[in-house]
Amino acid sequence: MQHHAADRTKSFTRRALFVGVAQTALFGLLAGRLWQLQVDEAPRYSLLAEENRVSQRLTVPPRGRIFDRNGVVLAKNTPSYRVRIIRENTRDLEATLASLARLLPLDQRQIDEIIRTARTQRAFLPVLVREGLDWEEVTAVAVHSPHLPGVVLDSTLLRTYPQGEVLAHVLGYVGPPNKEEQAADPDPLLRLPEFRIGKNGIEHSYDRELRGRAGRRRVEVNAIGREIRELDRDDGEPGHDVRLSLDMELQQFCYERLSSELSASSVVVDVNSGAVLALASVPSFDPTAFLGRLSHQQWKEWRDSPRTPLVNKCIRGQYPPGSTFKMVVALAALEAGLVTPGYDVFCGGFTSLGNARFHCWKSHGRMALFEAISQSCDVYFYDLARRVGVDGIAAMSRRFGLGSPLGIDIPGEQPGLVPTSQWKRDTLGEPWQRGETLVIGIGQGFMLTTPLQLAIMTARMCNGGRAVEPWFVRDAREPLPEFGSIGVSKVNLDLVLEGMHRVVNAQRGTAHRHRLALPEVQMGGKTGTSQVRRITRAERAAGLHKRRDRPWEHRHHALFVCYAPTKAPRYAISVIVEHGQSGSAAAAPIARDIMLKVLELDPSGRSLSVSL
Amino acid sequence: MASQARIRPSEFGIVEKLGKLNWALVTVLALLGCVGYLVLYSAGGGSHEPWAWRHGVRLVFGLGVMLVVALVDIRFWFRWAYVFYALAFAMLLGVEIVGELSKGAQRWIDLGLFQLQPSELMKVGLVLCLARYFHSAYLDEVKSLFFLAVPLVCIALPAVLVLKQPDLGTSVMLVGCGAALLFLAGVRLWKFGLAIAAVAAALPVAWASLHDYQRQRVLTFLDPETDPLGAGYHIIQSKIALGSGGVWGKGFLQGSQAQLSFLPEKQTDFAFTMLAEEAGFAGALVVLLLCLAVVALSLVVALRCSHQFGRLLAMGIAVNFFLYVLINVAMVTGLIPVVGVPLPMISYGGTAMITTLLGFGLVLSVDVHHTTNIPRFPTDL
Repeated sequence: MQHHAADRTKSFTRRALFVGVAQTALFGLLAGRLWQLQVDEAPRYSLLAEENRVSQRLTVPPRGRIFDRNGVVLAKNTPSYRVRIIRENTRDLEATLASLARLLPLDQRQIDEIIRTARTQRAFLPVLVREGLDWEEVTAVAVHSPHLPGVVLDSTLLRTYPQGEVLAHVLGYVGPPNKEEQAADPDPLLRLPEFRIGKNGIEHSYDRELRGRAGRRRVEVNAIGREIRELDRDDGEPGHDVRLSLDMELQQFCYERLSSELSASSVVVDVNSGAVLALASVPSFDPTAFLGRLSHQQWKEWRDSPRTPLVNKCIRGQYPPGSTFKMVVALAALEAGLVTPGYDVFCGGFTSLGNARFHCWKSHGRMALFEAISQSCDVYFYDLARRVGVDGIAAMSRRFGLGSPLGIDIPGEQPGLVPTSQWKRDTLGEPWQRGETLVIGIGQGFMLTTPLQLAIMTARMCNGGRAVEPWFVRDAREPLPEFGSIGVSKVNLDLVLEGMHRVVNAQRGTAHRHRLALPEVQMGGKTGTSQVRRITRAERAAGLHKRRDRPWEHRHHALFVCYAPTKAPRYAISVIVEHGQSGSAAAAPIARDIMLKVLELDPSGRSLSVSL
Repeated sequence: MASQARIRPSEFGIVEKLGKLNWALVTVLALLGCVGYLVLYSAGGGSHEPWAWRHGVRLVFGLGVMLVVALVDIRFWFRWAYVFYALAFAMLLGVEIVGELSKGAQRWIDLGLFQLQPSELMKVGLVLCLARYFHSAYLDEVKSLFFLAVPLVCIALPAVLVLKQPDLGTSVMLVGCGAALLFLAGVRLWKFGLAIAAVAAALPVAWASLHDYQRQRVLTFLDPETDPLGAGYHIIQSKIALGSGGVWGKGFLQGSQAQLSFLPEKQTDFAFTMLAEEAGFAGALVVLLLCLAVVALSLVVALRCSHQFGRLLAMGIAVNFFLYVLINVAMVTGLIPVVGVPLPMISYGGTAMITTLLGFGLVLSVDVHHTTNIPRFPTDL
C-alpha cells in the first residue's frame, strides 16, 4: 500500500513538473508572439493604427472672382444661409422639425423626406433642411435656436453673377462635377460634394485658376467615422481672381442695343491685340437658374426656342457671311494679280452662266473696285470669283481666320466652313460646279462664318494684315505675342479699306445713312445680307423675296462688319441680326451705335464730345 | 448525509487556517483583478460605468467566495465532489433543454450580480470529479483501459453538451483540462497518442458538424485578410492594436484602437488587446508573468500536498486557468481562431471570474489542508 502511494506520488511529481515546464514554454511562446507583434512589427501596425485613427477631411476653398478690364465684379461668392439638423442632438426629431416649420416654409412632404434621410444615415451627420434663407428667416431661426436643439444654422458660399444674363454666355456657370470630369482630373476637390466646377465659358476655361487648392483638416475619427477632434489643418489656397479683357459697360450696352431684335449677336475686338471687348448674344438666360433646381419646363422652353437663348451665337452661330465676304474675294483677285483697282465690270442686274442666271440686288451699271464694294455689287464679285476660282478664295479666307476655330478661351467655338472643290468631293462625293464658285463670290452657298470670325477677319484687314487671335484673359506679366503677318500686301489691304470707308462715308455707300456723326473720327464697314433659304424663281418673279411679311424664320440674316477710326484703326465690330432682313437697315445702325459707345469708352477718345 | 457526520473535526481553527493561507496566490489573483478593473475603466472611456464598477463588485464578492471555500475542510470538498459535478451537469443539461425548447440561445441562469453559465461551473465540477476518482485509484488501475472508461465519459458528456451550445472554446478547455488530469493521474503516454490519432481521424466528421459561423471563423483565421471588413475584422484590428502599442504602450486611456472603437469586444474577449495597446509589450508581459505566477504557485501547492485528491485538484484548477490565458492570448494575437474565451480576472464577465476564484478557493483549501489525511475510501473520512 505504502509502496503504491509512493509510486503514485513520484509519478505525479514527475508529470506535474512536466506540465509546469510545458505551461512555462507555452507562456514563452505567447510572449514571443507578443514580441513579434509589438516590437518587431510595431512600425507597420502603428502606421495602420494611424490610418484608422486619422481621417483627412478636405475643405473647398472660395472660388476666385472674375472682373472686367476696369475691375467691375462679374462673378463672386455670396454667403447663403442654410439650416441643417443633426439627429443625435435633437431630443425629438419630429417635434423639432415641426417647430422649424413654423419659422420656415416647410411642407409635410419635405419634413417626411428629411426624417427619412436622417434615419438612414449616421446620427451625427447633418441633414439639410433648407438653404438660401432670406434674412428674416435667418434671424427667426437664430432667435429661436435655444428651443431648437440639433438645429445648425450656417452659411455656404454661393456663386453669383451680378451681371445676370448679360454675361451668361461668356462666363458660363458652375455645377457639381460629373463622372467624366472626376475621371479626367485627379484633384481631390472634385470628390467633394460641395465643390462646384466650371461648366461653361470662362468658368470652365479658367477653372484651374479659379478653383484654388483644397484645404485639409486632419481629424481623429472613431470606427464609425465620427469626428473626435481636429488634429491640424491647412486652409488651402483660395482660387485666383481672373480679369477679363471685356469692358462691362460696353458689354451691357451691346446687350441692351441688340435686345431691340429677336435674335442677334455682336463681337467687339481690339484690332491690334485681339482682346475681346464685348461679346453679346441675344436673347440670353439667367445663369442663377443653373445653381438651383432648373425646372424642366424652363429648360425645355430655352432649349426649344427658335431664338436659341442657350446658344452663344457669337461663337456657335454659323451664318453665310453674305456681302461682308466680298473684301476677301477682292483681295484674292488683287493678290493674284488678276485685277487692278481700275478693272471694271458692267452690272446689268444679273450675270449668266450656261442656262443659269445669277442675280444682283439691282442694276449698278459700270463698276470698279471701290464702287463694287461700297455699293455691294454682286455681278462684279461673280466676275472676280470666276477669275480666282473657289480654291483661291478658300486660301485667302483661311488667312483671315475663316473656316477653323480661332481658339478663343471659352469652349464651344464652331469652325464655320470654307468650301473647296476637294472638300465637296470628299464630303458630298460630287464635283464642284462653276456656278457654286459665283455664289461663294458673294459669301453664299456652302460658306459659313461665325460673328467672332467676321470681327477677327475685319481686324486682320485693318491692322496691317497681322494674324491676331481673340482672347479674354492674358497673363498681365507676359507681353502680347507678336502676331505674324497673314501675307497680304499693305497696298491691296488699303484698297479694300478704302472701299469699306466708302460703304459708310460715300454718298451711294450701302451704309451711308449709318455713318458716325463725328467731326474727326470715321469708320469703315461692310453690309451683308445672307439668304436663309434659296429664293425660288417664282418668288423672285412675284417680288416675294423682298416682302416684309414673310415668316420670321424665312427672312434673310442681316450682317454688318466695321472698324474705326479709319485713320488708325483700333476696333473691329461684327453684328449679325438673325432674320433681320437687311444688313444696311437692321445690322448697320446697331453696329454704328456700338462703335460710338466704343469710341466714347476709348481712353484716348473720352475727350470727344459724343452725343448719342 | 450520514457519512458527513463522520468527518472528524478539523485539526485547525479558523484563525490558524487564515495564517496558513497561501497569501501569495491570493495577492497575485487580487492584482490580476485590479488590472482588470483598470482595463475596464479604460474600456468604458475613462469611466467606472458601465463595466469597471460591476467588475470591482464581483471581484470583492469572488474573493470572499474564494476565502470561504479555502477555509472549508478539504474533506468536505472531497465528499461532495461527485455531487458538485452532478449538479453542474444537471444545470448544463437544464439550460440545454430549456434553450432547445425556447429555440433561444440563452445558456445561462440570471443571478442578478452575474449570469451563471453552467458550462463555467462545469470546469470546476469536472476537476473535482476527476480528482476524486483518481484519488481512489492505484497506479496499476489507472493503466487499465476499462478503468478509464468512467472518467472519459465524465469528460465527454459535458464537452459534447457545451459543444452543442455551441461553445467551441469551453468545450476545448474541458477536454484539455480532462486530458491534463488523466496525464497527471498516470495514464500512459501512448494512450494519448492513440486518442490524438483518433481525433485526427474524426476531424473531417467534426468539420461537417460545425456550425457555419464556426467554420467561417476557422477559415478567416487561416487567412483573415480575405474578409477585412467582415469576419476577419476583429482579428486584424486586434493585431493593429497590439502592434501599434509597441514596447511601452500608448498610455492609459490613450489606446486609439480601443478608445475609438476600432477594437471590437474590448471589454470581453479582447480585453488583453486593449491592455497591451495601452500598456505595451511591457504591460502585457507583466500580466503574463502574473498569470504564470498563479500557475507556478498552484504547482507548488500541488507538489507539497500529501494527498492525491489535493494534488490533482490544484493542478486541474491551474491547468484550467492556464488554458483560459493560453487560448485567449493566442486568439487575440492571431495564433488560433477567435473561439470566444475570455481572459480570467480581467475580461468583463461574471461567471468566469467567480468560477475562477471558486476554483482557486479549492486550491487554497488544498494548501491549508495539505497534510490532512484523506483515506482512499470516503467511508473512513
